[in-house]
Amino acid sequence: MEANHLTIMDLLDYMGRNAGMLWEYFWQHVGMVLTGTGLAFLAGVPLGVLCAHYPAAAKIVLTATNILQVLPSLAMLVLLMLWLGLGSDTVIVGLFLYSLNPIVRNTCVGLQQIDASYVEAGRGVGMSPLQILFQVRFPLSLTYLMSGVRIAAVIAIGVVTIAPLVGGDGLGREIYAGINNQNSLRIYAGAIPAALLAIATDIVLGGLQRKLRLDNRKSGN
Amino acid sequence: MIVMNNVNKVYEDGFHALKNINLEMKKGEITVLIGPSGCGKSTTMKLINRLISPSSGEVLINGRNVNEIDPVKLRRNIGYVIQSIGLFPHMTIGRNVGIVPRLKKWDADKINRRIDELMRLVGLPPETYRDRYPSELSGGQQQRIGVIRALAADPDIILMDEPFSALDPISREQLQDELIRLQQELRKTIVFVTHDMDEALKIADTIVLMKEGQIVQTGTPETILRHPANDFVRTFIGEKRLMPDSLYEIPTVDEVMVRKPVTAFPTRGLAEAIRLMEQRKVDSLFIVDRDNDLQGIVSIYQVLDQYGEENKTVADVMQPVLYSVKTGSPLTAAVELLNRHQLSNLAVVDDRNRLVGLITRGSVVRHLANVMPATSPAEEV
Repeated sequence: MEANHLTIMDLLDYMGRNAGMLWEYFWQHVGMVLTGTGLAFLAGVPLGVLCAHYPAAAKIVLTATNILQVLPSLAMLVLLMLWLGLGSDTVIVGLFLYSLNPIVRNTCVGLQQIDASYVEAGRGVGMSPLQILFQVRFPLSLTYLMSGVRIAAVIAIGVVTIAPLVGGDGLGREIYAGINNQNSLRIYAGAIPAALLAIATDIVLGGLQRKLRLDNRKSGN
Repeated sequence: MIVMNNVNKVYEDGFHALKNINLEMKKGEITVLIGPSGCGKSTTMKLINRLISPSSGEVLINGRNVNEIDPVKLRRNIGYVIQSIGLFPHMTIGRNVGIVPRLKKWDADKINRRIDELMRLVGLPPETYRDRYPSELSGGQQQRIGVIRALAADPDIILMDEPFSALDPISREQLQDELIRLQQELRKTIVFVTHDMDEALKIADTIVLMKEGQIVQTGTPETILRHPANDFVRTFIGEKRLMPDSLYEIPTVDEVMVRKPVTAFPTRGLAEAIRLMEQRKVDSLFIVDRDNDLQGIVSIYQVLDQYGEENKTVADVMQPVLYSVKTGSPLTAAVELLNRHQLSNLAVVDDRNRLVGLITRGSVVRHLANVMPATSPAEEV
């Protein structure tokens, strides 16, 4: 097959014929991203709260998650594979570790940037510390939190494409199949949806983030 | 009633924020804590709802030590108004007002009724404002909401931490007036922190003046104005508010009057009268006889009215002088007459009805300007 004679029609034709398989890869892809960042969210938000309250903890936690994030993704996945074996679980753990830093950092910064007078008002009207956290601090830092999730999700979508190297699923399979078979149609068929997914996620979460900006809220009228 | 006994606050860095505070805030009164920044006035106030705990000493509310009360419960029973942005920006006005009742788990109907009632109390119709967000209200409106939020659960005690200081002067005045009006109905025990002496003098039943963590003087606004305890109090009050001694002795009309009012004899013709008025730039003449005995007054209108009659003299058109003051009477008597009868001027006569001078609105203002010099140069428009 000669790559330079490929047209967009060939690609669409290929994708149409293999729609079932590509959709399956796509949903595996999305599933791993959701699970990995979801777990990171569940662990990262409490860690972020901890960091916001205890500067000493913040130093340790943020440094640790920072180190995790600067590891090249391939290296991280391979190291995890040595420990956890082949499979999608390894990928999910990798994503989890990768997503921690943006989520923890943004939660922490979001909570810290709140004007102290809101917190004092909350204390003054008789809110318990938990009520202040849930009724005042979280609502007012939602936009930061969302921005952390958005960064984490977009990074995760990219990282998952190398999942097949450690035995994972997702659109990466199609890409690596294309590389191995020297079939650029298959490379495109995997890479383009992955790229579109990343862009769409960025736009949707970005819109949500703007909507959740509550510190200057307006009514409809 | 709130009582503080020997309260000290020392921070970890050794800063001695409050030094042996002994204070009593009476039930149903507005106690204003005032002083320069860093004097400990806010700290003192926050002892009451345990936002700050004393290092030593005790704070009692109705005889009960606040340390024995759960701080969250305590605060739900004490209204709290803070500087400008105390409203939660992510909650509607209605939710902001209802926050303490909600924390106290009132039922929803009761909370809603209370919100509407309070919003009407400060002239913000709930139909219009309830579902808006704080950023959609003016600063003055926001702070009205701040005040009624503190009233929502009907606490006996309300703490106000410089609530109006960020507002423009007009809104500030309005809110002060409204607070006074509300207080007349509600009779809450209010502790009000400010650095603005005018505000303190206006709203306080008792003023507590603080400096460097100590109470310098406690008293009614009147006591503090009349008997400032020391130079610090005097400077803080500001010289212009302290009555100069000369004002305590009310001046006599003689000090204020214009000494040579424009007069004419009764035999003057009307044309002469007009020329005289033009010359001296006045609109009326006092008519006196040769002994300077006051006969009457003519205004330019009366003269012009009769101007065609060449034979007439001012005696024919003059009006009797209805109001005059005796020489030596206090200025207040003259000002009272000027004001009550809307006079532009007032004759001063001696005990034999001889004209000796004239009080005009201008002469009163000139006199006041002399005895109450501006501390800063007035703005020239």
